[in-house]
Amino acid sequence: MMDTKTNIPNNTEMTPVISLKGVNKWYGDFQALSNIDLEIKLKEKIVICGPSGSGKSTLIRCLNRLEAHQEGTIHVSGIELHERMKDIDVVRQDIGMVFQSFNLFPHLTVLENCMAGPNWVRGVDKSKAKERAVAMLEQVKIPEQADKYPDQLSGGQQQRVAIARSLCMQPKVMLFDEPTSALDPEMVSEVLETMIELAKSGMTMICVTHEMGFARQVADRIVFMAEGEIVEQNSPKEFFNNPQHERTKVFLDQILE
Amino acid sequence: MFVDTVIEDKALHKPVFLIGLSLTVLAIFFALNFTNTLFGEFLRPVIGDPTESGFFGRFAVSLVLTIIFVVNLFVISFFKLKVQVAIVWVELFLLFLAFAYSFDLKMSFIQSRIPLMISRGLFTTIYISAISIVIATVIAIIGAIAKLSNNGFAYAISSFYTSLFRGLPLLLQLFLIYKGLPQLGFMVDAVPAAITALSLCYGAYMTEIFRAGIQSIPRGQWEASRALGFKFNLILRKIILPQAIPIIIPPTGNQFIAMLKDSSLASVLGVWELMYLARTLGQRDFRHMEMLLTAAMIYWALTIVLEVIQARIEEKYKQKS
Repeated sequence: MMDTKTNIPNNTEMTPVISLKGVNKWYGDFQALSNIDLEIKLKEKIVICGPSGSGKSTLIRCLNRLEAHQEGTIHVSGIELHERMKDIDVVRQDIGMVFQSFNLFPHLTVLENCMAGPNWVRGVDKSKAKERAVAMLEQVKIPEQADKYPDQLSGGQQQRVAIARSLCMQPKVMLFDEPTSALDPEMVSEVLETMIELAKSGMTMICVTHEMGFARQVADRIVFMAEGEIVEQNSPKEFFNNPQHERTKVFLDQILE
Repeated sequence: MFVDTVIEDKALHKPVFLIGLSLTVLAIFFALNFTNTLFGEFLRPVIGDPTESGFFGRFAVSLVLTIIFVVNLFVISFFKLKVQVAIVWVELFLLFLAFAYSFDLKMSFIQSRIPLMISRGLFTTIYISAISIVIATVIAIIGAIAKLSNNGFAYAISSFYTSLFRGLPLLLQLFLIYKGLPQLGFMVDAVPAAITALSLCYGAYMTEIFRAGIQSIPRGQWEASRALGFKFNLILRKIILPQAIPIIIPPTGNQFIAMLKDSSLASVLGVWELMYLARTLGQRDFRHMEMLLTAAMIYWALTIVLEVIQARIEEKYKQKS
């Protein structure tokens, strides 16, 4: 896209950007993740779905170590995420994350939200950061809101700003943690369209979402989780038309009504 | 606060309330008996010699006062809110002046002492408070961060500190520092001792305020910052504190005001600040009330200045978000 100094090594299409092996995580006695094995290649679009409490948000939050896993290994571009690592911030700068509750910085304008990351931690000077921010706001189709504060925007607009804010860091991977769950129904589609555009541009994406239409259209692979385990993963076509497990069938029946 | 959109009749415009209020006020005035005051003198043409007017005089004075009081309230109730507030403020202030006036104050005495009170007393009070406020704020920021950190030492030290200094009376802290340190071989003057005690004590209170302010910022702000690869110091400085400060300002303003007045405790160490001068200047001539009331007005004026500054800052932050 643009000139960037990226922190984590480049990947070929074949080696995984993210790989998890035997990952286990507990909250007290409750096992949130059990024996997760997953590999995600460059430019792959993964949708993670499953009933609430199945561990999908926990899983995605482990990928940039907002949550700690207790057993197994997680590698991001060959760098292992663990407790004692020195360069977690460097890894995080290359992984964009979009939250269910947007989490924009309310005391900064939309433009400042987008400029903050590149300017503060990527060493991009202000004018360049602004240029990039404007470009990204155009990409998510709200350049005209640049000087407003987040709480002056609708939910859908805020989430698109959040996406633009992440993109300004020029990440290698984008994580979406239920990005449309907190939105009014009429605003879901504008966010999904932005995500579809992003997928078309070749971004590696991992999305936790209940939007099955989006999954069908965009996903290379759908990962279905229940009770902290990956129950099955398949191409959208197979996943919807030919689910292998009873749990998957029940879930699909409920969600596709 | 939410003001409901449905307006109820004003209580003052309901006859039942008016009658009830009048009777209550009448009873209070009657019980307090203003016959032998200025009010009695005013009514001399009606009740004759106030001291000999008996029940009739007492009742007449109470009745007149009640009528003035209730009619006053009734009239004020028709004004707009802002005008109401202004009128009531002025009336209460006049009552306060009347109260002060009733001590038979000697104005020339006040006038002759006021230059010293201001040049020496007010100056020292402001100087002690201002330095203490700055130090206390620095302590509070450090203390709050220490209390929120995962570092066992930092948490232990700061929680011990807040527990100790919130747990001891400020006056006791003053003496411990002023009398105690010299015994250990550290000579401290009264002013530095006062500043130390005030800073440590208010630093402890403000640590708790700052901690609560920082904690009130949603977790999502930390997560989003972390996800962007920001480090702790950056997050605190650029994301959390700018949002916490508007929350911290009102209680901190309170602390500043309280500290300004608690600086009067330095008078027990013989520091020539407002309170000390108020007590000593009046003592020789038995003009206590003159000096105490003068000091009272100066303290009050100072706190009003602080209140205005606080309101300005709050306003500024309100516009921003």
